[in-house]
Amino acid sequence: MVAWLGAIGAATRSSLVGLGSFARFFGLMLARSGAALRRPGLVVQQVHYIGNFSLVIILVSGMFVGFVLGLQGYYTLQRYGSEEALGLLVALSLVRELGPVVTALLFAGRAGTSLTAEIGLMKAGEQLAAMEVMAVDPVRRVLVPRFWAGIIAMPLLAALFSMVGILGGWGVGVLMIGVDEGAFWSQMQNGVDFVDDILNGVIKSVVFGVAVTLIALYQGYSARPTPEGVSRATTRTVVLGSLTVLGLDFLLTALMFS
Amino acid sequence: MPTQTLSDVSSPEAVLSFHDVTVGYGNRIILQSITMQVKRGQVVAVIGGSGSGKTTLLRAATGQIPIQQGELSAFGQPLDTHDSRRLYEQRQRMGVLFQQGALFTDLDVFENVAFPLREHAQLSESEVRERVLSKLQDVGLRGAAHLKTSEISGGMARRVALARAIVLEPELIFYDEPFAGLDPISLGVIAQLIRSMSQTLGCGALLITHDLEESFAIADQVYLLGRGSLVAAGTPQALQASTDPFVVQFLKGQPDGPVAFHYPETAAFQEWLARQQGGQS
Repeated sequence: MVAWLGAIGAATRSSLVGLGSFARFFGLMLARSGAALRRPGLVVQQVHYIGNFSLVIILVSGMFVGFVLGLQGYYTLQRYGSEEALGLLVALSLVRELGPVVTALLFAGRAGTSLTAEIGLMKAGEQLAAMEVMAVDPVRRVLVPRFWAGIIAMPLLAALFSMVGILGGWGVGVLMIGVDEGAFWSQMQNGVDFVDDILNGVIKSVVFGVAVTLIALYQGYSARPTPEGVSRATTRTVVLGSLTVLGLDFLLTALMFS
Repeated sequence: MPTQTLSDVSSPEAVLSFHDVTVGYGNRIILQSITMQVKRGQVVAVIGGSGSGKTTLLRAATGQIPIQQGELSAFGQPLDTHDSRRLYEQRQRMGVLFQQGALFTDLDVFENVAFPLREHAQLSESEVRERVLSKLQDVGLRGAAHLKTSEISGGMARRVALARAIVLEPELIFYDEPFAGLDPISLGVIAQLIRSMSQTLGCGALLITHDLEESFAIADQVYLLGRGSLVAAGTPQALQASTDPFVVQFLKGQPDGPVAFHYPETAAFQEWLARQQGGQS
């Protein structure tokens, strides 16, 4: 019984210490952002790296999600004779939920793992230590530009995901099934609100961008500098990143649409 | 062992001074009572067996780990790991060649060498190009400037790292195993480069090395580490003439002597062995 209580206490303490150092890391990122943002070239380079290399998986996934939404939406709506609302259903599903959430999950798997492995291997190869002894702060030079690049790239990728998804839904609903094209677009135009739907979706994707990028960088920076340590950190990025996105999505949805 | 006085340690020519320094990790003491110095224009070699604390000494000297006791100063100022602003100012006057090179894998050879210049020197692009190509010429790799780090050998990577360490022409340069992995031709050229850098730039050089022949050929002062402290110090000639059994065994590479070749069998080892044997029977 005592051992059991001790184990629970140790696990709680370790989680709290982890949470505390994560919060401290977040503070460090914000505190050192000023100097790094005075060199926008570093951020632009990372937006290209993180955003551009995630583009294919985001676009292809968005298209298939749009196809499925078109099909499922049509089968459900036709039961009530309201298949003309297909455009509205597809757009709202993507802009409010699927666009930010699925993009963030894919982003954690594609860009997040890449960031963790890159930082972890830089640490293992003494590159971060080399930078420090060259009087170059690795947090300012390496981590902060990646952090801001992740925050900038996420909403852009989510917007592209939603756009391609809507086109996918249009392709299936209008071109293949024969839903009226005018109704498809006009219902969407009338039913989607800029502030309530689009802006809230953008806010969600920014929050997810902060969370996933921060988790990826923290895991890489705190990884043990061994092949096994980097491998574990990469796995943790996907698991923690995905769970955090889903948890945050519930909270944000409750706040925004209640 | 010939020891230095405090007045030697605080010499105005000294770019790096240790006075009665203890270093370690947490409760584990690695080295204690270290007193040594590096002066301008001087090449100092620190030698010692594997695990003798050479790299720990280098980490303390570059402010990567704090000292636990004593006084450590660089360029006449205390090297305080808690005063990050002053530490960064001191580090800008240092160059470090890491044991594994530690090249930035996302940059090519040219950009690796240009990195310290782009971060700390306000130079035009043509000045950066000229300086980087000149340093690459010194290490024999001017023609490799365009290559990626994945396209060069381990020995070439160390030469690129050396060019990066000297590109800002620092006042104090640390070399962690500069001769490891070099072919005989590169080894001779790099050894002479280290010597000539100290003479022409007037910078201090601290070499951490296993290579006795090359380091003795270029060093002004040699420190031998062992048993958690300094075992001997002096000129290469003085160490070669030493009759201290530790020095003699180390310099001649003899298996028998005060330094045991075999790692000691501790109680933990005996316990582990008993478990292994118990598992087999």
